[in-house]
Amino acid sequence: MTGAKPFDWRHTPGLSAYTALIFVFFYAPLLILVIYAFNSSRLVTVWAGFSFKWFVAVANNNSIRDAAFNSVIIAIVATIASTAIATAGALALERGRLRFGRSAATALIAMPLVVPEIVVAITTLIFFSGLGMHHGLINLMIAHTVFCIPFALLPIQARLRDMGGTLEEAGRDLYADEWRLFRRVTLPLLLPAISAGAIMAFVVSLDDFLISMMVSSAGSTTLPVYIYGMMRLGVTPEVNAISTILLAVSIVFVAAALLVGRRNRFA
Amino acid sequence: MGPNRTYLLIAPAMLVIGIFMVLPLFLAVAYSFMTANPYGGVTAPATFDAYLQFLYQRDFDDGLVFSPSYALIILRSIYLAIATTAICLVLGLPVAWYIVCQTPERRRILLFAVTLPFWINTLIRTYCWILILRDEGLANGALRHAGIISDPLPLLYNDGSILLGLVYTFLPFMVLPIYSTLERIDPRLIEAAHDLYASRAAVFRRIVWPLARPGALAGATLVFAPALGSFLAPDLLGGGKKLLIGSLIQMQFTSSRNWPFGAALSTVVTVVVLTVFVIRSRKAQEERR
Repeated sequence: MTGAKPFDWRHTPGLSAYTALIFVFFYAPLLILVIYAFNSSRLVTVWAGFSFKWFVAVANNNSIRDAAFNSVIIAIVATIASTAIATAGALALERGRLRFGRSAATALIAMPLVVPEIVVAITTLIFFSGLGMHHGLINLMIAHTVFCIPFALLPIQARLRDMGGTLEEAGRDLYADEWRLFRRVTLPLLLPAISAGAIMAFVVSLDDFLISMMVSSAGSTTLPVYIYGMMRLGVTPEVNAISTILLAVSIVFVAAALLVGRRNRFA
Repeated sequence: MGPNRTYLLIAPAMLVIGIFMVLPLFLAVAYSFMTANPYGGVTAPATFDAYLQFLYQRDFDDGLVFSPSYALIILRSIYLAIATTAICLVLGLPVAWYIVCQTPERRRILLFAVTLPFWINTLIRTYCWILILRDEGLANGALRHAGIISDPLPLLYNDGSILLGLVYTFLPFMVLPIYSTLERIDPRLIEAAHDLYASRAAVFRRIVWPLARPGALAGATLVFAPALGSFLAPDLLGGGKKLLIGSLIQMQFTSSRNWPFGAALSTVVTVVVLTVFVIRSRKAQEERR
Protein backbone atom coordinates (compact mmCIF):
# COMPACT_ATOMS: atom_id res chain seq x y z
CA MET A 1 0.00 0.00 0.00
CA THR A 2 1.39 3.33 -1.03
CA GLY A 3 -1.21 5.67 0.52
CA ALA A 4 -0.13 7.91 3.37
CA LYS A 5 -3.18 7.05 5.44
CA PRO A 6 -3.30 3.62 7.05
CA PHE A 7 -6.09 1.36 5.80
CA ASP A 8 -9.33 1.98 7.67
CA TRP A 9 -12.11 -0.43 6.81
CA ARG A 10 -14.52 1.59 8.92
CA HIS A 11 -14.38 4.36 6.38
CA THR A 12 -15.95 3.84 2.96
CA PRO A 13 -15.76 6.86 0.63
CA GLY A 14 -19.15 8.45 0.02
CA LEU A 15 -20.99 6.26 2.49
CA SER A 16 -21.64 8.97 5.06
CA ALA A 17 -23.12 11.24 2.40
CA TYR A 18 -25.28 8.37 1.20
CA THR A 19 -26.51 7.58 4.71
CA ALA A 20 -27.27 11.25 5.29
CA LEU A 21 -29.42 11.18 2.15
CA ILE A 22 -31.37 8.18 3.46
CA PHE A 23 -32.03 10.00 6.73
CA VAL A 24 -33.22 13.03 4.75
CA PHE A 25 -35.56 10.61 2.95
CA PHE A 26 -36.84 9.38 6.34
CA TYR A 27 -37.35 12.73 8.01
CA ALA A 28 -37.83 15.46 5.37
CA PRO A 29 -41.44 14.45 4.60
CA LEU A 30 -42.30 14.64 8.30
CA LEU A 31 -40.61 18.02 8.60
CA ILE A 32 -42.58 19.31 5.60
CA LEU A 33 -45.81 18.20 7.28
CA VAL A 34 -44.90 20.05 10.47
CA ILE A 35 -43.98 23.23 8.57
CA TYR A 36 -47.27 23.16 6.65
CA ALA A 37 -49.19 22.71 9.89
CA PHE A 38 -47.93 26.12 11.05
CA ASN A 39 -48.79 27.82 7.76
CA SER A 40 -51.55 30.38 8.23
CA SER A 41 -52.79 30.10 4.62
CA ARG A 42 -55.68 27.76 3.87
CA LEU A 43 -53.94 26.97 0.58
CA VAL A 44 -51.61 24.47 2.19
CA THR A 45 -48.67 24.94 -0.17
CA VAL A 46 -48.59 28.74 -0.23
CA TRP A 47 -46.66 30.10 2.74
CA ALA A 48 -48.49 33.02 4.35
CA GLY A 49 -46.78 33.33 7.70
CA PHE A 50 -46.49 31.40 10.95
CA SER A 51 -49.69 30.63 12.80
CA PHE A 52 -51.12 28.40 15.53
CA LYS A 53 -54.65 28.85 14.25
CA TRP A 54 -55.07 25.34 12.80
CA PHE A 55 -54.08 23.83 16.13
CA VAL A 56 -56.71 26.01 17.80
CA ALA A 57 -59.26 24.89 15.19
CA VAL A 58 -58.38 21.25 15.87
CA ALA A 59 -58.64 21.71 19.64
CA ASN A 60 -62.09 23.25 19.23
CA ASN A 61 -63.37 20.49 16.97
CA ASN A 62 -65.72 18.31 19.03
CA SER A 63 -65.52 15.30 16.71
CA ILE A 64 -61.74 15.27 16.97
CA ARG A 65 -61.96 15.61 20.75
CA ASP A 66 -64.38 12.68 20.97
CA ALA A 67 -62.19 10.54 18.73
CA ALA A 68 -59.08 11.45 20.74
CA PHE A 69 -60.92 10.56 23.96
CA ASN A 70 -61.88 7.14 22.54
CA SER A 71 -58.29 6.54 21.42
CA VAL A 72 -56.84 7.37 24.84
CA ILE A 73 -59.38 5.22 26.73
CA ILE A 74 -58.72 2.25 24.43
CA ALA A 75 -54.95 2.76 24.65
CA ILE A 76 -55.00 2.90 28.47
CA VAL A 77 -57.03 -0.30 28.82
CA ALA A 78 -55.03 -2.12 26.14
CA THR A 79 -51.74 -0.99 27.71
CA ILE A 80 -52.63 -2.20 31.20
CA ALA A 81 -54.03 -5.53 29.98
CA SER A 82 -51.27 -6.28 27.45
CA THR A 83 -48.44 -5.27 29.80
CA ALA A 84 -49.76 -7.50 32.60
CA ILE A 85 -50.17 -10.43 30.20
CA ALA A 86 -46.77 -9.78 28.61
CA THR A 87 -44.94 -9.54 31.96
CA ALA A 88 -46.31 -12.92 33.02
CA GLY A 89 -45.49 -14.40 29.63
CA ALA A 90 -41.94 -13.04 29.62
CA LEU A 91 -41.32 -14.48 33.12
CA ALA A 92 -42.56 -17.88 31.99
CA LEU A 93 -40.44 -17.85 28.82
CA GLU A 94 -37.23 -16.68 30.52
CA ARG A 95 -37.46 -18.10 34.05
CA GLY A 96 -39.89 -20.98 33.78
CA ARG A 97 -39.43 -24.58 32.88
CA LEU A 98 -41.40 -25.12 29.67
CA ARG A 99 -40.70 -28.73 28.96
CA PHE A 100 -42.82 -28.72 25.82
CA GLY A 101 -44.56 -26.01 23.89
CA ARG A 102 -41.84 -23.37 24.17
CA SER A 103 -41.51 -22.88 20.42
CA ALA A 104 -45.30 -23.03 20.04
CA ALA A 105 -45.68 -20.32 22.69
CA THR A 106 -43.02 -18.14 21.07
CA ALA A 107 -44.61 -18.56 17.64
CA LEU A 108 -48.08 -17.80 18.99
CA ILE A 109 -46.94 -14.62 20.73
CA ALA A 110 -45.20 -13.47 17.54
CA MET A 111 -48.39 -13.98 15.50
CA PRO A 112 -49.58 -10.36 15.77
CA LEU A 113 -46.22 -9.25 14.32
CA VAL A 114 -46.29 -11.78 11.47
CA VAL A 115 -49.86 -11.75 10.18
CA PRO A 116 -50.50 -8.72 7.92
CA GLU A 117 -52.62 -6.03 9.52
CA ILE A 118 -55.40 -6.23 6.94
CA VAL A 119 -55.84 -9.93 7.73
CA VAL A 120 -55.97 -9.28 11.48
CA ALA A 121 -58.44 -6.47 10.82
CA ILE A 122 -60.96 -8.45 8.80
CA THR A 123 -60.65 -11.72 10.74
CA THR A 124 -61.30 -9.81 13.97
CA LEU A 125 -64.32 -8.18 12.33
CA ILE A 126 -65.59 -11.61 11.24
CA PHE A 127 -65.02 -13.00 14.73
CA PHE A 128 -66.92 -10.27 16.57
CA SER A 129 -69.77 -10.21 14.08
CA GLY A 130 -69.99 -14.01 14.13
CA LEU A 131 -70.36 -13.91 17.92
CA GLY A 132 -72.86 -11.08 17.63
CA MET A 133 -70.58 -8.83 19.70
CA HIS A 134 -71.32 -5.23 18.76
CA HIS A 135 -69.81 -3.40 21.71
CA GLY A 136 -67.78 -0.77 19.90
CA LEU A 137 -65.21 0.35 22.43
CA ILE A 138 -64.95 -3.03 24.19
CA ASN A 139 -64.31 -4.82 20.89
CA LEU A 140 -61.57 -2.31 20.14
CA MET A 141 -60.02 -2.72 23.59
CA ILE A 142 -59.82 -6.49 23.08
CA ALA A 143 -58.39 -6.19 19.55
CA HIS A 144 -55.79 -3.65 20.69
CA THR A 145 -54.75 -5.76 23.70
CA VAL A 146 -54.00 -8.67 21.36
CA PHE A 147 -51.62 -6.83 19.03
CA CYS A 148 -49.99 -4.87 21.88
CA ILE A 149 -48.83 -8.04 23.69
CA PRO A 150 -45.67 -8.72 21.61
CA PHE A 151 -44.62 -5.06 21.73
CA ALA A 152 -44.89 -5.01 25.52
CA LEU A 153 -43.22 -8.41 25.82
CA LEU A 154 -40.04 -7.77 23.81
CA PRO A 155 -38.32 -5.25 26.14
CA ILE A 156 -39.31 -7.21 29.25
CA GLN A 157 -37.99 -10.48 27.84
CA ALA A 158 -34.76 -8.79 26.71
CA ARG A 159 -34.24 -7.32 30.19
CA LEU A 160 -34.83 -10.67 31.91
CA ARG A 161 -32.29 -12.27 29.61
CA ASP A 162 -29.73 -9.47 30.16
CA MET A 163 -29.88 -9.44 33.94
CA GLY A 164 -29.51 -13.19 34.29
CA GLY A 165 -30.72 -15.17 37.27
CA THR A 166 -27.92 -14.59 39.78
CA LEU A 167 -29.73 -12.09 42.02
CA GLU A 168 -32.81 -14.28 42.09
CA GLU A 169 -30.66 -17.29 43.02
CA ALA A 170 -29.13 -15.25 45.83
CA GLY A 171 -32.61 -14.46 47.09
CA ARG A 172 -33.57 -18.11 46.92
CA ASP A 173 -30.46 -19.05 48.90
CA LEU A 174 -31.70 -16.67 51.58
CA TYR A 175 -34.96 -18.63 51.79
CA ALA A 176 -37.19 -16.06 50.09
CA ASP A 177 -40.37 -17.70 48.82
CA GLU A 178 -41.33 -17.24 45.16
CA TRP A 179 -43.75 -14.37 45.77
CA ARG A 180 -41.34 -12.39 47.97
CA LEU A 181 -38.59 -13.04 45.47
CA PHE A 182 -40.75 -11.57 42.72
CA ARG A 183 -41.88 -8.56 44.77
CA ARG A 184 -38.48 -7.72 46.27
CA VAL A 185 -35.98 -8.75 43.60
CA THR A 186 -37.37 -9.45 40.14
CA LEU A 187 -40.05 -6.77 39.94
CA PRO A 188 -37.89 -3.81 41.02
CA LEU A 189 -35.17 -4.84 38.56
CA LEU A 190 -37.73 -5.35 35.84
CA LEU A 191 -39.72 -2.16 36.39
CA PRO A 192 -37.84 0.01 33.84
CA ALA A 193 -38.37 -2.63 31.15
CA ILE A 194 -42.04 -3.03 32.11
CA SER A 195 -42.50 0.75 31.84
CA ALA A 196 -40.74 0.77 28.46
CA GLY A 197 -42.96 -2.08 27.25
CA ALA A 198 -46.07 -0.32 28.51
CA ILE A 199 -45.14 2.91 26.72
CA MET A 200 -44.51 0.99 23.49
CA ALA A 201 -47.89 -0.74 23.82
CA PHE A 202 -49.54 2.64 24.41
CA VAL A 203 -47.97 4.15 21.29
CA VAL A 204 -48.85 1.14 19.14
CA SER A 205 -52.45 1.25 20.34
CA LEU A 206 -52.76 5.01 19.90
CA ASP A 207 -51.37 4.83 16.36
CA ASP A 208 -53.32 1.83 15.11
CA PHE A 209 -55.44 2.63 12.11
CA LEU A 210 -56.40 -0.35 9.96
CA ILE A 211 -57.64 -2.74 12.64
CA SER A 212 -59.49 0.08 14.40
CA MET A 213 -61.14 1.15 11.16
CA MET A 214 -62.54 -2.33 10.47
CA VAL A 215 -63.55 -3.09 14.07
CA SER A 216 -64.92 0.30 15.16
CA SER A 217 -68.55 1.25 14.78
CA ALA A 218 -70.35 4.59 14.59
CA GLY A 219 -69.86 5.65 18.21
CA SER A 220 -66.35 4.30 18.68
CA THR A 221 -64.29 6.16 16.06
CA THR A 222 -60.65 6.47 17.11
CA LEU A 223 -58.42 9.42 16.27
CA PRO A 224 -56.46 7.81 13.38
CA VAL A 225 -59.73 6.57 11.86
CA TYR A 226 -61.18 10.07 12.09
CA ILE A 227 -58.02 11.59 10.59
CA TYR A 228 -58.21 9.10 7.72
CA GLY A 229 -61.76 10.26 7.04
CA MET A 230 -60.52 13.86 6.93
CA MET A 231 -57.67 12.89 4.56
CA ARG A 232 -60.10 11.23 2.17
CA LEU A 233 -61.84 14.60 1.78
CA GLY A 234 -58.61 16.29 0.77
CA VAL A 235 -55.48 18.02 2.01
CA THR A 236 -56.44 20.64 4.61
CA PRO A 237 -54.48 22.59 7.22
CA GLU A 238 -56.55 20.89 9.95
CA VAL A 239 -55.30 17.47 8.82
CA ASN A 240 -51.73 18.77 8.92
CA ALA A 241 -52.22 20.15 12.44
CA ILE A 242 -53.81 17.04 13.96
CA SER A 243 -51.24 14.82 12.22
CA THR A 244 -48.45 16.95 13.66
CA ILE A 245 -49.92 16.55 17.15
CA LEU A 246 -50.07 12.76 16.80
CA LEU A 247 -46.52 12.75 15.40
CA ALA A 248 -45.24 14.74 18.38
CA VAL A 249 -47.02 12.46 20.86
CA SER A 250 -45.42 9.34 19.31
CA ILE A 251 -41.92 10.83 19.31
CA VAL A 252 -42.18 12.04 22.93
CA PHE A 253 -43.44 8.66 24.15
CA VAL A 254 -40.84 6.61 22.26
CA ALA A 255 -38.04 8.85 23.53
CA ALA A 256 -39.45 8.43 27.06
CA ALA A 257 -39.53 4.65 26.67
CA LEU A 258 -35.91 4.69 25.57
CA LEU A 259 -34.81 6.82 28.52
CA VAL A 260 -36.81 4.81 31.06
CA GLY A 261 -35.59 1.52 29.60
CA ARG A 262 -31.98 2.62 29.79
CA ARG A 263 -32.17 3.65 33.44
CA ASN A 264 -31.06 0.99 35.89
CA ARG A 265 -29.31 -0.78 33.10
CA PHE A 266 -26.41 -1.91 35.26
CA ALA A 267 -28.37 -2.61 38.41
CA MET B 1 -40.21 -21.83 39.03
CA GLY B 2 -42.13 -25.06 38.70
CA PRO B 3 -43.75 -26.21 35.46
CA ASN B 4 -47.28 -25.64 36.79
CA ARG B 5 -46.62 -22.04 37.63
CA THR B 6 -44.83 -21.55 34.32
CA TYR B 7 -47.84 -22.72 32.35
CA LEU B 8 -50.11 -20.55 34.52
CA LEU B 9 -48.00 -17.49 33.64
CA ILE B 10 -47.84 -18.16 29.91
CA ALA B 11 -51.52 -19.14 29.68
CA PRO B 12 -53.06 -15.61 29.51
CA ALA B 13 -50.86 -14.60 26.56
CA MET B 14 -51.55 -17.82 24.70
CA LEU B 15 -55.28 -17.76 25.42
CA VAL B 16 -55.78 -14.13 24.43
CA ILE B 17 -53.83 -14.48 21.18
CA GLY B 18 -55.25 -17.95 20.52
CA ILE B 19 -58.88 -16.91 20.97
CA PHE B 20 -58.82 -13.42 19.48
CA MET B 21 -56.28 -13.87 16.70
CA VAL B 22 -55.75 -17.51 15.69
CA LEU B 23 -59.37 -18.63 16.08
CA PRO B 24 -60.58 -15.73 13.88
CA LEU B 25 -58.06 -16.82 11.20
CA PHE B 26 -59.76 -20.22 11.07
CA LEU B 27 -63.20 -18.62 11.19
CA ALA B 28 -62.22 -16.59 8.12
CA VAL B 29 -61.30 -19.81 6.31
CA ALA B 30 -64.79 -21.14 7.12
CA TYR B 31 -66.40 -17.89 5.94
CA SER B 32 -64.53 -18.11 2.64
CA PHE B 33 -66.58 -21.22 1.78
CA MET B 34 -69.96 -19.57 2.44
CA THR B 35 -72.32 -17.57 0.28
CA ALA B 36 -72.24 -13.78 0.47
CA ASN B 37 -75.07 -12.00 2.20
CA PRO B 38 -75.73 -8.74 0.29
CA TYR B 39 -76.25 -6.97 3.63
CA GLY B 40 -72.85 -8.06 4.93
CA GLY B 41 -71.90 -11.32 6.58
CA VAL B 42 -72.51 -14.75 5.10
CA THR B 43 -75.32 -17.24 4.63
CA ALA B 44 -75.72 -20.89 3.65
CA PRO B 45 -75.07 -22.81 1.40
CA ALA B 46 -71.37 -23.63 1.41
CA THR B 47 -69.69 -23.10 -1.98
CA PHE B 48 -66.32 -22.64 -3.68
CA ASP B 49 -67.60 -19.47 -5.32
CA ALA B 50 -65.22 -17.17 -3.48
CA TYR B 51 -62.20 -19.04 -4.81
CA LEU B 52 -63.70 -19.35 -8.31
CA GLN B 53 -63.98 -15.57 -8.29
CA PHE B 54 -60.18 -15.32 -8.44
CA LEU B 55 -60.37 -16.31 -12.11
CA TYR B 56 -64.02 -16.36 -13.17
CA GLN B 57 -67.07 -14.18 -13.01
CA ARG B 58 -70.70 -15.28 -13.04
CA ASP B 59 -72.64 -13.97 -16.02
CA PHE B 60 -76.42 -13.47 -16.12
CA ASP B 61 -77.11 -17.12 -16.91
CA ASP B 62 -75.07 -18.13 -13.87
CA GLY B 63 -72.38 -19.48 -16.19
CA LEU B 64 -68.67 -18.97 -15.43
CA VAL B 65 -66.80 -16.51 -17.62
CA PHE B 66 -63.04 -16.20 -17.45
CA SER B 67 -62.12 -12.84 -15.95
CA PRO B 68 -58.52 -12.29 -14.86
CA SER B 69 -58.96 -8.85 -13.27
CA TYR B 70 -58.66 -10.13 -9.67
CA ALA B 71 -55.79 -12.45 -10.57
CA LEU B 72 -54.03 -9.45 -12.07
CA ILE B 73 -54.49 -7.47 -8.85
CA ILE B 74 -52.95 -10.36 -6.90
CA LEU B 75 -50.01 -10.60 -9.31
CA ARG B 76 -49.49 -6.84 -9.19
CA SER B 77 -49.46 -6.95 -5.37
CA ILE B 78 -46.87 -9.72 -5.37
CA TYR B 79 -44.78 -7.86 -7.95
CA LEU B 80 -44.91 -4.60 -5.96
CA ALA B 81 -44.09 -6.42 -2.70
CA ILE B 82 -41.05 -8.07 -4.32
CA ALA B 83 -39.95 -4.76 -5.86
CA THR B 84 -40.30 -3.07 -2.45
CA THR B 85 -38.19 -5.79 -0.85
CA ALA B 86 -35.46 -5.50 -3.51
CA ILE B 87 -35.30 -1.69 -3.30
CA CYS B 88 -35.23 -1.78 0.51
CA LEU B 89 -32.35 -4.28 0.38
CA VAL B 90 -30.31 -2.14 -2.00
CA LEU B 91 -31.02 1.07 -0.06
CA GLY B 92 -30.77 -0.46 3.42
CA LEU B 93 -27.62 -2.59 3.25
CA PRO B 94 -25.14 0.34 2.93
CA VAL B 95 -26.92 2.19 5.77
CA ALA B 96 -26.63 -0.85 8.05
CA TRP B 97 -22.93 -1.15 7.17
CA TYR B 98 -22.37 2.55 7.84
CA ILE B 99 -23.96 2.25 11.30
CA VAL B 100 -21.83 -0.81 12.13
CA CYS B 101 -18.69 1.22 11.35
CA GLN B 102 -19.51 3.97 13.87
CA THR B 103 -18.52 4.39 17.52
CA PRO B 104 -20.94 2.83 20.05
CA GLU B 105 -22.36 6.21 21.05
CA ARG B 106 -23.07 7.21 17.45
CA ARG B 107 -24.46 3.76 16.72
CA ARG B 108 -27.05 4.24 19.45
CA ILE B 109 -28.17 7.59 18.05
CA LEU B 110 -28.32 6.31 14.47
CA LEU B 111 -30.22 3.18 15.50
CA PHE B 112 -32.73 5.34 17.32
CA ALA B 113 -33.12 7.46 14.19
CA VAL B 114 -33.75 4.33 12.08
CA THR B 115 -36.21 2.87 14.61
CA LEU B 116 -38.19 6.04 15.25
CA PRO B 117 -40.14 6.03 11.95
CA PHE B 118 -41.44 2.57 12.86
CA TRP B 119 -43.21 4.06 15.89
CA ILE B 120 -44.71 6.94 13.93
CA ASN B 121 -48.17 6.43 12.55
CA THR B 122 -48.05 4.88 9.04
CA LEU B 123 -51.16 6.85 8.15
CA ILE B 124 -49.34 10.12 8.80
CA ARG B 125 -46.09 8.97 7.19
CA THR B 126 -47.98 8.02 4.03
CA TYR B 127 -50.00 11.25 4.03
CA CYS B 128 -46.76 13.29 4.00
CA TRP B 129 -46.11 12.04 0.48
CA ILE B 130 -49.46 13.39 -0.70
CA LEU B 131 -48.27 16.82 0.42
CA ILE B 132 -45.12 16.39 -1.67
CA LEU B 133 -46.43 14.58 -4.75
CA ARG B 134 -49.89 15.99 -5.49
CA ASP B 135 -50.48 18.43 -8.36
CA GLU B 136 -50.28 21.49 -6.08
CA GLY B 137 -47.63 19.79 -3.94
CA LEU B 138 -44.08 20.64 -3.07
CA ALA B 139 -42.36 18.72 -5.89
CA ASN B 140 -44.52 20.12 -8.67
CA GLY B 141 -44.38 23.58 -7.10
CA ALA B 142 -40.58 23.52 -7.03
CA LEU B 143 -40.33 22.28 -10.61
CA ARG B 144 -42.75 24.94 -11.81
CA HIS B 145 -40.90 27.60 -9.86
CA ALA B 146 -37.65 26.54 -11.49
CA GLY B 147 -39.33 26.87 -14.88
CA ILE B 148 -38.77 23.23 -15.78
CA ILE B 149 -42.45 22.43 -16.25
CA SER B 150 -45.58 24.46 -16.89
CA ASP B 151 -48.20 21.79 -16.18
CA PRO B 152 -47.96 19.61 -13.07
CA LEU B 153 -46.50 16.14 -13.54
CA PRO B 154 -48.81 13.29 -12.49
CA LEU B 155 -46.59 12.12 -9.63
CA LEU B 156 -49.40 10.70 -7.51
CA TYR B 157 -51.81 7.81 -8.08
CA ASN B 158 -49.57 5.41 -10.00
CA ASP B 159 -47.47 2.32 -9.30
CA GLY B 160 -44.42 4.50 -8.73
CA SER B 161 -46.03 6.49 -5.93
CA ILE B 162 -47.33 3.28 -4.32
CA LEU B 163 -43.84 1.79 -4.49
CA LEU B 164 -42.34 4.94 -3.00
CA GLY B 165 -44.83 4.81 -0.12
CA LEU B 166 -44.10 1.13 0.51
CA VAL B 167 -40.31 1.62 0.53
CA TYR B 168 -40.70 4.64 2.80
CA THR B 169 -42.84 2.65 5.22
CA PHE B 170 -40.80 -0.55 5.38
CA LEU B 171 -37.14 0.48 4.91
CA PRO B 172 -36.40 0.42 8.69
CA PHE B 173 -37.47 -3.26 8.73
CA MET B 174 -34.58 -4.02 6.38
CA VAL B 175 -31.86 -1.91 8.03
CA LEU B 176 -32.33 -3.23 11.57
CA PRO B 177 -31.97 -7.01 11.02
CA ILE B 178 -28.99 -6.52 8.67
CA TYR B 179 -27.39 -4.29 11.27
CA SER B 180 -27.87 -6.83 14.04
CA THR B 181 -26.07 -9.58 12.09
CA LEU B 182 -23.27 -7.30 10.82
CA GLU B 183 -22.71 -5.96 14.32
CA ARG B 184 -21.09 -9.27 15.27
CA ILE B 185 -18.49 -9.01 12.52
CA ASP B 186 -14.90 -9.71 13.58
CA PRO B 187 -12.74 -6.75 12.44
CA ARG B 188 -9.72 -9.05 12.23
CA LEU B 189 -11.35 -10.85 9.30
CA ILE B 190 -11.43 -7.65 7.28
CA GLU B 191 -7.92 -6.64 8.29
CA ALA B 192 -6.62 -10.08 7.34
CA ALA B 193 -8.37 -9.87 3.97
CA HIS B 194 -6.85 -6.46 3.40
CA ASP B 195 -3.38 -7.71 4.31
CA LEU B 196 -3.89 -10.34 1.64
CA TYR B 197 -4.53 -7.56 -0.90
CA ALA B 198 -8.30 -8.00 -1.13
CA SER B 199 -10.02 -5.01 -2.72
CA ARG B 200 -12.99 -3.31 -1.07
CA ALA B 201 -15.27 -5.12 -3.52
CA ALA B 202 -13.71 -8.45 -2.63
CA VAL B 203 -14.03 -7.74 1.11
CA PHE B 204 -17.68 -6.97 0.59
CA ARG B 205 -18.34 -10.02 -1.57
CA ARG B 206 -16.36 -12.54 0.46
CA ILE B 207 -16.79 -11.30 4.05
CA VAL B 208 -19.47 -8.66 4.58
CA TRP B 209 -22.20 -10.08 2.35
CA PRO B 210 -22.01 -13.68 3.65
CA LEU B 211 -22.34 -12.28 7.18
CA ALA B 212 -25.15 -9.93 6.21
CA ARG B 213 -27.16 -12.57 4.35
CA PRO B 214 -29.13 -14.01 7.30
CA GLY B 215 -30.07 -10.47 8.31
CA ALA B 216 -31.01 -9.61 4.74
CA LEU B 217 -33.17 -12.72 4.63
CA ALA B 218 -34.89 -11.74 7.88
CA GLY B 219 -35.32 -8.19 6.62
CA ALA B 220 -36.74 -9.44 3.32
CA THR B 221 -39.48 -11.40 5.09
CA LEU B 222 -40.21 -8.47 7.42
CA VAL B 223 -40.62 -6.16 4.41
CA PHE B 224 -42.36 -8.56 2.03
CA ALA B 225 -45.09 -9.76 4.41
CA PRO B 226 -46.57 -6.38 5.39
CA ALA B 227 -45.96 -4.92 1.91
CA LEU B 228 -48.05 -7.71 0.38
CA GLY B 229 -51.05 -6.89 2.54
CA SER B 230 -50.54 -3.14 2.71
CA PHE B 231 -53.61 -0.95 2.58
CA LEU B 232 -52.55 2.64 3.17
CA ALA B 233 -49.97 3.10 0.39
CA PRO B 234 -52.28 1.84 -2.39
CA ASP B 235 -55.28 3.59 -0.87
CA LEU B 236 -53.78 7.05 -0.27
CA LEU B 237 -50.96 7.15 -2.85
CA GLY B 238 -52.67 4.92 -5.43
CA GLY B 239 -55.88 6.89 -5.10
CA GLY B 240 -57.91 3.77 -4.35
CA LYS B 241 -58.19 3.15 -8.10
CA LYS B 242 -55.07 1.06 -8.49
CA LEU B 243 -56.08 -1.77 -6.18
CA LEU B 244 -53.75 -4.11 -4.37
CA ILE B 245 -54.80 -7.17 -2.35
CA GLY B 246 -54.93 -5.15 0.88
CA SER B 247 -57.36 -2.57 -0.47
CA LEU B 248 -59.29 -5.26 -2.37
CA ILE B 249 -59.83 -7.22 0.88
CA GLN B 250 -60.89 -4.08 2.73
CA MET B 251 -63.41 -3.27 -0.03
CA GLN B 252 -65.12 -6.65 0.33
CA PHE B 253 -66.04 -5.78 3.90
CA THR B 254 -67.16 -2.22 3.16
CA SER B 255 -68.52 -1.08 -0.21
CA SER B 256 -68.59 -4.44 -2.05
CA ARG B 257 -70.13 -6.45 0.81
CA ASN B 258 -68.70 -9.76 -0.34
CA TRP B 259 -67.38 -11.25 2.89
CA PRO B 260 -66.61 -14.75 1.52
CA PHE B 261 -64.45 -13.32 -1.27
CA GLY B 262 -62.66 -11.02 1.20
CA ALA B 263 -62.13 -13.96 3.56
CA ALA B 264 -60.79 -16.08 0.69
CA LEU B 265 -58.34 -13.36 -0.35
CA SER B 266 -57.17 -12.87 3.22
CA THR B 267 -56.74 -16.64 3.63
CA VAL B 268 -54.51 -16.70 0.56
CA VAL B 269 -52.43 -13.78 1.90
CA THR B 270 -52.07 -15.50 5.28
CA VAL B 271 -50.97 -18.76 3.70
CA VAL B 272 -48.39 -16.98 1.50
CA VAL B 273 -47.00 -14.94 4.41
CA LEU B 274 -46.82 -17.87 6.85
CA THR B 275 -45.13 -20.00 4.17
CA VAL B 276 -42.52 -17.28 3.62
CA PHE B 277 -41.85 -17.11 7.37
CA VAL B 278 -41.58 -20.90 7.73
CA ILE B 279 -39.17 -21.15 4.78
CA ARG B 280 -37.09 -18.37 6.28
CA SER B 281 -36.82 -19.94 9.72
CA ARG B 282 -35.90 -23.29 8.11
CA LYS B 283 -33.20 -21.55 6.09
CA ALA B 284 -31.94 -19.66 9.12
CA GLN B 285 -31.63 -22.95 11.01
CA GLU B 286 -29.74 -24.52 8.12
CA GLU B 287 -27.28 -21.64 7.97
CA ARG B 288 -26.67 -21.84 11.70
CA ARG B 289 -25.65 -25.48 11.38
